[in-house]
Amino acid sequence: MTAPHDRPTAAELLEALHEWMERDLLPGVDGRLQFHTRVAINMIDIVRRELELGPDQEVRHQEVLASFGMNDDAELAAAIREGAFDANLVDVLNRLRPVVEDKVRVANPRYLL
Amino acid sequence: MVGSTHEELEQGLARVLNVASITNLQRLSGGASRETWRFAADGDEFVLQRVRPGTIGGFQVEPRVLSAAYYAGVPVAELVVDGADRTELKAPFMIVRAVEGETIARKILRDDKFDTARKVLTSQLGQAAAHLHQIDVSSIPGLVADDQMMRYQTVLRDLGEPHPVFEAAFRWLEINKPETTSSCLVHGDYRLGNIMVNDNGLSAILDWELAHIGDPMEDLGWLCVRAWRFGGAFPAAGLGTYDQLFDAYASVTGVRPDPDVVRWWEILGTLKWGIICISQAATHLMRIARSHELAAIGRRVCENEYDLIELLTERTQ
Repeated sequence: MTAPHDRPTAAELLEALHEWMERDLLPGVDGRLQFHTRVAINMIDIVRRELELGPDQEVRHQEVLASFGMNDDAELAAAIREGAFDANLVDVLNRLRPVVEDKVRVANPRYLL
Repeated sequence: MVGSTHEELEQGLARVLNVASITNLQRLSGGASRETWRFAADGDEFVLQRVRPGTIGGFQVEPRVLSAAYYAGVPVAELVVDGADRTELKAPFMIVRAVEGETIARKILRDDKFDTARKVLTSQLGQAAAHLHQIDVSSIPGLVADDQMMRYQTVLRDLGEPHPVFEAAFRWLEINKPETTSSCLVHGDYRLGNIMVNDNGLSAILDWELAHIGDPMEDLGWLCVRAWRFGGAFPAAGLGTYDQLFDAYASVTGVRPDPDVVRWWEILGTLKWGIICISQAATHLMRIARSHELAAIGRRVCENEYDLIELLTERTQ
């Protein structure tokens, strides 16, 4: 719960919305509307996971950037593009792996191998 | 209003095909820039693709490619009218003879109905690719070469969203670029979702609008990109092994694809789909078309970053 707000928390509001869509909305729709309803439920779940996992992930992302001596993704992307890491691209990718896994853990956790 | 447009289209089609009447005209789908209709004339079934009136776009070389593929024995719909430069239907169009089959990837991969088809589909896809790659490009005036890597580097830069993994993948691809073995007609979007399958297997290869001159291995690599496996356990269209695909290809050309070169194209394909995901979300974010479906695709970008890390760290260990 985030002060000054009352219960339900943001996460609890999304949970209630998810439950209603799945229980009452989904059975009454088909075809394209059913597909779009599933997409919407998925989006709610992405936000729920981001609310839960996001703060820790932000810290890890900053730590990884700092280990490269970079302030943000734009700086790192530009350095890689200019060839600064050509000799150790695999090392760069291995170090970025935890950040990317965090993104997948929020967006679509079933995708992780 | 809608009714009169429908009637106008029927009359236009009757003129184009020189028949007395058009029956069963129905809209199948509507993409952002094209619409697809099915209809009957003189007892035969046809499919019309038309540029959505009011949008910019055309068919350019696509009808000629389709026709060349048909005469080369590649499973495709038979071109009936090349309307790329015609005006009877108010926008560029083409008409093909209808082909029956399923296009939805998940059904092809999972429905019992396609048990038999699944056993032969990988080989059929390998053979069909080989046949289309053997088409004489000089028979298709207007077909141009396309540098896929340069194209998508530009797209990524123009989108302006930084992705370190994508930049690393571009560097790796640049450093490890294979020497192009040959240059031929490439389908350009050869994958599950763009093929039609019936109970016996492959019935047609669809969506030739991205056809260009390039490295034939581009099509095989794209076919194996994880997004186009739709959850299937195997690399080739989700249901076949690399060996099955390469053997089938070699049975037509006599030359077995180099797995490293196909892999290079699979890596570029994964990168390309990741960039397309960014641009689909951008279509929504830039208010070109507001859609929660497009917005959600933006969160699929990281799946491709994840796959690229898997592919590149495994590849160079």
